[in-house]
Amino acid sequence: MTTTPAPADEAAGPLLHIENLHVAFGGNPAVRGADLTVAPGERVAVVGQSGSGKSTLAHAVMGLLPGSARITDGTIRLAGEDITHAPEKRLRDLRGRVVGLVPQDPMTNLNPVAKVGRQVAETLRTHGLADRRTAAARAVELLAQAGLPEPERRARQYPHELSGGQRQRVLIAIGLACRPHLLIADEPTSALDVTVQQQILDHLQTLTDELGTALLLITHDLGLAAERADRVLVMSQGEVAESGPARRVLTDPAHEYTRRLVAAAPSLRAEFRPRTPAPAAEPLLQVEGVTKEYRLKRGAAPFKAVDGVSFTVARGRTTAVVGESGSGKTTTARMVLGLLPPTGGAITLDGTPVAGPGAVRGSGRRAVRRAMQPVFQDPYASLDPMFTVEQLIAEPLTVFGVGDAAARRSRVTDLLDQVALPADTAHRHPNELSGGQRQRVAIARALALSPSLVVCDEPVSALDVLVQQQVLTLLRTLQDDLGVSYLFISHDLAVVREVAHEVVVMKEGRVVEQGAVEKVLGAPEHPYTRKLSGAVPGATVGVS
Amino acid sequence: MLRYLGNRLWQSALTLLLASVVVFGGVRALPGDPATTMAGEEADPATVAAVRAELGLDQPLVVQYGKFLTSALTGDFGDSVRTGTPVADLIGATLPVTVQLALYAMAIAVLLGTTGGVLAAVFRGRWPEWAANAFSLTALSVPTFWLGILAVLYLAVHLGWFPASGYVSPLDDPLRGLHHLTLPALILGLAHSAVVQRQTRGSMVGTLTADFVRTARAKGLGGRAVVFRYGLRNSLVVVVTVVGLELGGLIGGAVVTERIFTLPGVGKLTLDAVFTRDYPVVQAVVLVITGAYIVINLLVDVLYTLIDPRIRVSGGTR
Amino acid sequence: MTTATTQEPLTPGGTTTAPAVHGRSRGRVPRRLLRDPMGVAGAVLLLIVLVAGVFAPWLAPYPPTEVHFRTPFQQPATVGFALGTDDLGRDILSRVLHGARASLQVGALAVLLAVAVGVPLGLLAGYWRWLDALVSRLADLMLAFPFLILAVGLAAINGGGLANAAVAIGIAHIPAMIRVVRAETLRLADADFVLAAHAMDAGPVRVLGRHVLPNALPAIIVQATVIMPAAVLGEAVLSFLGLGIQPPDPSLGIMLSDAQNYLMRTPWPGVFPGIAIALICLGFNLFGDALRDALDPRTKPSGGRR
Repeated sequence: MTTTPAPADEAAGPLLHIENLHVAFGGNPAVRGADLTVAPGERVAVVGQSGSGKSTLAHAVMGLLPGSARITDGTIRLAGEDITHAPEKRLRDLRGRVVGLVPQDPMTNLNPVAKVGRQVAETLRTHGLADRRTAAARAVELLAQAGLPEPERRARQYPHELSGGQRQRVLIAIGLACRPHLLIADEPTSALDVTVQQQILDHLQTLTDELGTALLLITHDLGLAAERADRVLVMSQGEVAESGPARRVLTDPAHEYTRRLVAAAPSLRAEFRPRTPAPAAEPLLQVEGVTKEYRLKRGAAPFKAVDGVSFTVARGRTTAVVGESGSGKTTTARMVLGLLPPTGGAITLDGTPVAGPGAVRGSGRRAVRRAMQPVFQDPYASLDPMFTVEQLIAEPLTVFGVGDAAARRSRVTDLLDQVALPADTAHRHPNELSGGQRQRVAIARALALSPSLVVCDEPVSALDVLVQQQVLTLLRTLQDDLGVSYLFISHDLAVVREVAHEVVVMKEGRVVEQGAVEKVLGAPEHPYTRKLSGAVPGATVGVS
Repeated sequence: MLRYLGNRLWQSALTLLLASVVVFGGVRALPGDPATTMAGEEADPATVAAVRAELGLDQPLVVQYGKFLTSALTGDFGDSVRTGTPVADLIGATLPVTVQLALYAMAIAVLLGTTGGVLAAVFRGRWPEWAANAFSLTALSVPTFWLGILAVLYLAVHLGWFPASGYVSPLDDPLRGLHHLTLPALILGLAHSAVVQRQTRGSMVGTLTADFVRTARAKGLGGRAVVFRYGLRNSLVVVVTVVGLELGGLIGGAVVTERIFTLPGVGKLTLDAVFTRDYPVVQAVVLVITGAYIVINLLVDVLYTLIDPRIRVSGGTR
Repeated sequence: MTTATTQEPLTPGGTTTAPAVHGRSRGRVPRRLLRDPMGVAGAVLLLIVLVAGVFAPWLAPYPPTEVHFRTPFQQPATVGFALGTDDLGRDILSRVLHGARASLQVGALAVLLAVAVGVPLGLLAGYWRWLDALVSRLADLMLAFPFLILAVGLAAINGGGLANAAVAIGIAHIPAMIRVVRAETLRLADADFVLAAHAMDAGPVRVLGRHVLPNALPAIIVQATVIMPAAVLGEAVLSFLGLGIQPPDPSLGIMLSDAQNYLMRTPWPGVFPGIAIALICLGFNLFGDALRDALDPRTKPSGGRR
């Protein structure tokens, strides 16, 4: 593999130089006076939350701003050439050849009706770097370089036949096919599991190093940015809040906003904020040898989504179930909630058998339902958009016929107060609220019936890091005040470390390790747990 | 994939069987006694009874249905009550006219529809979109049979550009055959082209704003490649679906078009049969049209598997 | 089975990250509808058409069947006959108004039938998987019968008339309504808020009635705006063929059929009913399109259509 010298003409000047860039959607500014330089071969990360303008910045560089967005001021120079308002023909020539893109979501970024080999070859052929025959062979080479196993067979497959990680490798092969001088990676791994994420990022780093390609990494994850980039730019509301060497931004943030980000990112906090060790509280929920099988094909062996899982949740404590996609953690949560019947095993809540032999039915079942309420991941999806906040929170009370209308209304007011939402929120609709506010409404609804157990399925993973921190704090406070127990499902070890007393680590339907949080996360025994903790972005930068 | 097709084939056969039951039952529910019609209003009861026995109408319904089904399977639909001609011959003579008309109209609809849809999607917010929108809204709102009448009067009778009526078999004279069918096909295809256009536009807009199209542009791909290789290629499933669904409506619409342009097609045959209570003809025509519709939908499903690789593995679209 | 996906909205502060279920509420839809010029045009046209149809008996200067033998084929803008008269000297304006009323009646009845049968079947099919196969087969079977053939058959069995035309058209649109409602139910039954309702022990009546149906309502309304113009055109076709409304009752289709014979000499008896049909359909089509756009959270709220 040969390494090509990166920049074309001006060896000394910066590869990408953005000055005072303004981008607006219609009348709304999205980027407001951003400056950014990337030297040849350098790795720069742009960090920001949703709406910070970081993706818009990336798209502006590629000349791929969506319909209503316009560059209103400033310049973008690529290897000395002003491309701010370059004609489409020139941009087309630069795209793919000089600037490559690795987009965010591997599920939606490949053409579903074309074989992946062709999609890689297309890039080469567009820029006249190969003819029909050589392009196909080169595409297989590129897929191999991107770390796709069995590249020849894979090249002849369609995107839907590949896993998310494999698709992301195809997208990397596409982005680097023409050996661009600059690769823009827009949240390249945020849709993937942490362990896959780590492999992909490692590989991306090796490849760009070998090719001498500069990397512009767009991410919401400060830890990931610090770990992978030489320099970090923090964006907030369209402006660059701070920029500097990666370590310096983390250890000595100059801007107030960066300080808040660093403080909120659970993965970056050096010391544990462990929960008070649980003094052997009595178990509230007992899950014993629970199994869920699915029969995919007639005759074939059943697929075990959950296989002999046992754990307990103590009264007033939190047990977290951690795992990656396909680990069976959500299936377990649904079985506890009674939304899915288990194939085998038993679940007991407060001494009442909920599932398995002797499970209660009828009114007993209703009483159990009342004692167990859920909070789901996506606060946009878990609230009926047609209901007002008051109707939403009061719905469990209505279903169980608790109190009269006036009593319910006052209960809603109390609950809103408990989750720190203003009382006038009651008459709003969910779409008028922010993600964090919606999740507070979902928590209030879960608490309406004063349950003994709340099952939280990834309750903060759809939220920005600052909001995430607030919701986690709220959950802790509510537990301290109300003595409610949590079954907390998450993929994020850093978040789990914040809220859990006990941890259950799941992989492919089985429990690989469980115990007290400081033991499992502080000194993991199982290699998988170690791999998981090692893969948390930012784990290696550990700030003190 | 074979299992998927086998499944569809089996479902189609079942639908057709159900359709035959409905048709058979429906025709029995028609008012008026065909035996009386055949024997003549004045005939004495004995003659009517004889005719009834001859037609097999005196037997239990189940037996009648069994006979109807077994002979229908061999292509024998009995004789027309009115003229005595075998129904199979009547259909054999009229079906080619209707099939030609429907295919010609569909060709026009697809050509106009996809072109308009692609233009509207590519030039969003500019005049081609407005023009395409105006065209499709008009074509959907104006009764096409009325347009047909006006067209006959002005384009055919007044200006003499097209023949106003009649049918010439393309086997005898291909050019004249085409000329005779052009105006009816245009009128029949118009409303359907609007539907094809809207669906194409909707799907193209969805595809052209999809993430993978942005990724394609990030590769340096140009406008035309993106529109055709990505946009249209991904919208093809939608176009094929609409064509399949619209062909059914087209066959129905042919009834009116054939009436206006006095074309000797299945539509005209059906109308005449209904007004004269010629039940063997009605029952055969409905069965043949339903069968055609089911076969078209089966073909559409086969086409799906060729167009969309995702269906090949997972199997089943609806 | 979830991983963190932090997406960046396309517009600052926009709601584009929200999946299709959300991002709409009351309030916003009418506002978006009124900002769309096509929507306003459709709404105005619809209002005119509905007023004309509903108040036809009071607006029409003559009874629709009143014959004026001495004044046939009057030109439009003749004193007393704003749109002229037909071969029997009947006032065209009165007949068009009453014809439009009949068209709207057929449309309303057809929508009612399609909703009454299609919505419950769609809800059931989408909610209970074991019923799905049965209902979907039924819908397939109904789709396999071309509408006109169905109408012809019905007319042959029961004779013509407004109600039969409406029944034929309504039946023809049941399968599409089933599919729309079924798809919406399938989508909504998987939504987390329905899962939350199950977790609070809400029964199927509450889940379908309080959560699924209200959220599926927009799609049902949009489908109704598709049925209305199709029914108006369908009535015209059926009456034109002699299978729908029977003379002397006024119908736009019959007027077109009658006018056919002397269209070369006197076009207006055949022009005005055609225009009336086109305007009614245009109103529903424009309004339906705008409504669909306003309900679609993917289209941008500001600046109408992009």
